[in-house]
Amino acid sequence: MLSLDLHFERGEFQLAARAEIGPGVTGICGASGAGKSTLLALLAGLLHPSSGCLRFSDEALVDTATGRFIPAWRRHFGLVFQDGLLFPHLSVRDNLLYGWHRLEPGERHFDLHTVLELMEIGSLIARRPAQLSGGERQRVALGRALLYSPRLLLLDEPLSSLDDRLKQQILPFLKRVKEETRIPMIYVSHSRPEVDYLADRVLTMESGRLLVESPLPADGRGMG
Amino acid sequence: MMLTHEEWQALGLSAKVALWSTALCLPLGIGIGWLLARREFPGKLLLDALVQMPMVLPPVVPGYLLLLLLGTQGPLGGWLESHFGIVVAFTWKGAVLASAVMAFPLMVQPMRLAFRMIDTRLERAATTLGAPPWRAFLTVTLPLALPGIIAGSVLGFSRSLGEFGATMAFVGNIPGETRTLPLALYNFTHVPDGEMAALRLAGLSLALALMALLASHAISRRAERLLGYADPRGARAQP
Repeated sequence: MLSLDLHFERGEFQLAARAEIGPGVTGICGASGAGKSTLLALLAGLLHPSSGCLRFSDEALVDTATGRFIPAWRRHFGLVFQDGLLFPHLSVRDNLLYGWHRLEPGERHFDLHTVLELMEIGSLIARRPAQLSGGERQRVALGRALLYSPRLLLLDEPLSSLDDRLKQQILPFLKRVKEETRIPMIYVSHSRPEVDYLADRVLTMESGRLLVESPLPADGRGMG
Repeated sequence: MMLTHEEWQALGLSAKVALWSTALCLPLGIGIGWLLARREFPGKLLLDALVQMPMVLPPVVPGYLLLLLLGTQGPLGGWLESHFGIVVAFTWKGAVLASAVMAFPLMVQPMRLAFRMIDTRLERAATTLGAPPWRAFLTVTLPLALPGIIAGSVLGFSRSLGEFGATMAFVGNIPGETRTLPLALYNFTHVPDGEMAALRLAGLSLALALMALLASHAISRRAERLLGYADPRGARAQP
């Protein structure tokens, strides 16, 4: 599905990632500073790689040899950031529909009502992001990405700004997204238990290198 | 307060000049404010200095330079007149130009600051939701910069209302054409029995300036609340 061979350099930092990523949830684990967020930015099209190529299904997104680079707004991937990054000047409703409005009607796989129910955020619709708690904000951010009907959902430490109690509340939502939408996901986190709970396979990043790892333990529910 | 015909004329002209000057500066201010806040390019320091220059120069200097450049004998002025029949020297259009040059630095500064304060990751979030950069600018950057854009516009408008030195040097002091409020005031201080009129115009200027500042404050407060910078309930919700 997603095939990547990417190199990226900035100053001292070097990143090298080569992998074939299938459908389902792929976890990418690693310490902070290992380059996980950089890798996601490269996949999302927010960064240009120094060299390499990236393909999604049959579509070449990046090929530095031919100078091909499909920018973020034409990749149709969703990205959920660590701190949600909701637009502070828009209501929850307008935040949720921001990407949805960018789609042709035929490309919309979810409607607002479905996502409100899935994320249990119907009562928040008229609020501003400043009036939301951290957990609510992340659920809205996830809903916003879903309403964009992404071909691939990239999650960049979506729970790391939340405390443990809230993490336990949001994780089931993520699981629900995985099971009910069947959107392939790449889930980046420094927390192994989180990744084990959601992912079908796990890759590890270590000082800028993406390593393929052994399969998951049979029972991946060992939440810490 | 009763105003004479002459005073009304000066007030009306000031308002017209200030409105046009603000309208002229606004798109340019947004563009250059954004450029200075967000981009690195060769000559940036020079552009920055050039924009700020009128603020630290004696206003007569930009006025005089405008006259040299745009006067009927000037290179640009002669060209404008022969090709388009437009004369700016010693007309109200020239007063607009003089005001615009003087008000521009005051307008750019808050806009530049506003663009700088915006988290650029919000714009990147917009592009991951299918918005090309121009749309991200229109739907995210511009609305978030609105308080600064409004504050800059009000400052620029007020500065234009009170423009004196550059106007005097470039377009003179012609009743009904270029005699704006401050020029009329200046005039009244030079004619016998003009003290009362001068005092009235000074009072009027004070009132206008105060109104502009209060309006600017109220509008930015409202804009900030609308944009969610300040929580209407007073405190931020805890996670």
